[in-house]
Amino acid sequence: MEMTGAEITIRCLHEEGVEYIFGYPGGAVLHIYDALFQQDKVKHILVRHEQAAVHAADGYARSSDKVGVALVTSGPGLTNAVTGIATAYLDSIPMVVISGQVPTFAIGEDAFQEVDAVGITRPCVKHNFLVKDVKDIAATIKKAFYLANSGRPGPVLVDIPKDISAQKTTFSYPATINIRSYQPPGRGDSQQIMQAVQLLLTAKRPMIYAGGGVVLSGASAQLTELVRLLGAPCTNTLMGLGGFPANDTKFVGMLGMHGTYEANMAMQHCDVLVAIGARFDDRVIGNVEHFAQVPRKIIHIDIDPSSIAKRVKVDVPIVGDLKLVLDELLSVLRAGTQKPDVAGLADWWRQIEEWRVTGGGLRYKNSSEIIKPQFVIETLHRLTGGDAFVTSDVGQHQMWAAQYYKFNHPRRWINSGGLGTMGFGLPAAMGVQLKHPGATVACVTGEGSIQMNIQELSTCKQYHLPIKVLSLNNGYLGMVRQWQEFFHGNRFSESYMDALPDFVKVAEAYGHVGIRIDNPADVEPAMKEAFARKNDLVFMDFRTDPTENVFPMVPGGKGLSEVVLSEDL
Amino acid sequence: MRHIISLLMENEAGALSRVAGLFSARGYNIESLTVAPTEDATLSRMTIVTSGSDAVIEQINKQLNKLIDVVSVMDLSEGEHIERELMLVKLRAEGDAREELKRLTDIFRGRILDVTDHTYTIELTGSRVKLDSFIDAIGRELILETVRTGASGIGRGNRILKL
Ligand SMILES: Cc1ncc(C[n+]2csc(CCOP(=O)(O)OP(=O)(O)O)c2C)c(N)n1
Repeated sequence: MEMTGAEITIRCLHEEGVEYIFGYPGGAVLHIYDALFQQDKVKHILVRHEQAAVHAADGYARSSDKVGVALVTSGPGLTNAVTGIATAYLDSIPMVVISGQVPTFAIGEDAFQEVDAVGITRPCVKHNFLVKDVKDIAATIKKAFYLANSGRPGPVLVDIPKDISAQKTTFSYPATINIRSYQPPGRGDSQQIMQAVQLLLTAKRPMIYAGGGVVLSGASAQLTELVRLLGAPCTNTLMGLGGFPANDTKFVGMLGMHGTYEANMAMQHCDVLVAIGARFDDRVIGNVEHFAQVPRKIIHIDIDPSSIAKRVKVDVPIVGDLKLVLDELLSVLRAGTQKPDVAGLADWWRQIEEWRVTGGGLRYKNSSEIIKPQFVIETLHRLTGGDAFVTSDVGQHQMWAAQYYKFNHPRRWINSGGLGTMGFGLPAAMGVQLKHPGATVACVTGEGSIQMNIQELSTCKQYHLPIKVLSLNNGYLGMVRQWQEFFHGNRFSESYMDALPDFVKVAEAYGHVGIRIDNPADVEPAMKEAFARKNDLVFMDFRTDPTENVFPMVPGGKGLSEVVLSEDL
Repeated sequence: MRHIISLLMENEAGALSRVAGLFSARGYNIESLTVAPTEDATLSRMTIVTSGSDAVIEQINKQLNKLIDVVSVMDLSEGEHIERELMLVKLRAEGDAREELKRLTDIFRGRILDVTDHTYTIELTGSRVKLDSFIDAIGRELILETVRTGASGIGRGNRILKL
């Protein structure tokens, strides 16, 4: 039977088992929306801005292991989506974005709502396609899903001109796809794995540094087992949180710019470092030269060879899917007779304990007068039993959420780590809530970030998404203010948010519940009330201490041991 | 150091811009870049001449391999290879200089492709160094126009870049 390109597009989504597609209609995708209308397998979620469609698809993907899907029109629809696509790209999130394009005969004529979608997105997608023949749609979409969710995942754009979506052809969906130029790595090199085991067993001060790759590869169990067998300390990056349980005694906390003192010191002073699905980025190891001053052997396991030896020299590179590599590494470790150096480890842990004391742990001075943002997160953690999905925006609140919400499971902490996109939190929470209808989904945000996609409160109303928004309202673009306080002589240039709306009324105007909380004593009761409202979106406007800063802090360009600890404690 | 990287990629619209975009986005040098289809029309072969530290060259190779349209990559400079570039150069050729220019062209094994009362157009192939020395030998005053293809490279003997 002949089908239109639009119908084929939707049929492909059926074949891929897509439940939800997040999108916004427009001229170039009218045929596709028409095809959507005539089926009920794929549910369309109508967002209020295309950026939110992509973030929602992203949140959906991060909280599951499925590909997120978004649909936008040509021109402004596509350009609005770009921030979302770049966000997914930097965090390696599997996603397929379908965009409409002007008809093939109009391409290149500066037609109405024409932009070069493939050109604009090229640097922020894993791959992209412009479909020029209706016969190619099915195979292209098959490729898009395969590329998005294999190897190092990432967003893939499929740009479909309007005439192509209207033309007809017979439909057949390829069962398998082979792309001759693309062979995602599988198992690691056994020789290298042996070498890694040797190195780890002779280590006196081993350290395990695990990133978002562990979450993406579903290798948490393997990582946990490795840490147990080695008895070594484990740290997670911002993207890796939950990849290793925070309540494990071997967990030394998050590392990096706002990491714990002990994690950063251990990272700096270990003798054998194994990096797993992490990429030594600037917010993690700070100054590369400073990091390189201390000699240590580095084992780096990653699916993307270009992540290895990009910023630091590596002694044992292992390219492969983390799960498969760790499985093999574990079996070598178990089969061998050699055990880790117990005496060395005991000294190492003594040293780490000392750092824990010197650093003073994550701490803040609570107050009965003014709400401390950290206290809000601690309360959130307590009341949700550490089991909620927590999405976040970007800024101080994000760092406090990362520090004080102790994630024990992967895929619970959903944030824009690589691109640092304000406006991510609420739409991402929508995707998470749709994927996990009964679950508690908390969006930790700031009064700056939330206003970057606040229109999505309307989407939440339409689809009855009972997200709990915790806005840590300090009246400032807090993270900017903090940098200005530290590095720009307290000149708070444009970091003060004047003329803030009444967020309770905003929430109510969108048909939700809003609560304003001014006193520390009201934090817990308000949150309890909010969580008791199982079916409502509740917007909590916490008025928090505007002067609070995030500590510890490794200033930009400094080394991991050049950390600034909380001054007034 | 200067490196000559050869790659095979899908002969698809946009493949070239993916490579060029990669170099500009990541701040890598391109001295020259040549590309044309191979005997297999689905594949294009590209030669990129670049330079950088060992670490940068390693990244360039990895990043090129990561492009979905790139089928395979070979750093020719890592082994024995041949490098050739084609240059067309139009010279002011008047009076006594005409004989001398013809002699120089012969020495460099060039060919005169077009002759007018005032000009010679010469074709020359060779390594970059050879073409540079020809230009130096002629002297810049006489040069009206030059066009160079950029280097194409191929491995010697058994070093073969094929699908
Ligand atoms: C789209 C975007 N624009 C600008 C920034 C730079 N930026 C980083 S944090 C921040 C302040 C965020 O303020 P708010 O959401 O109120 O959170 P707070 O830091 O106060 O917790 C800004 C402006 C960004 N990350 N994203």
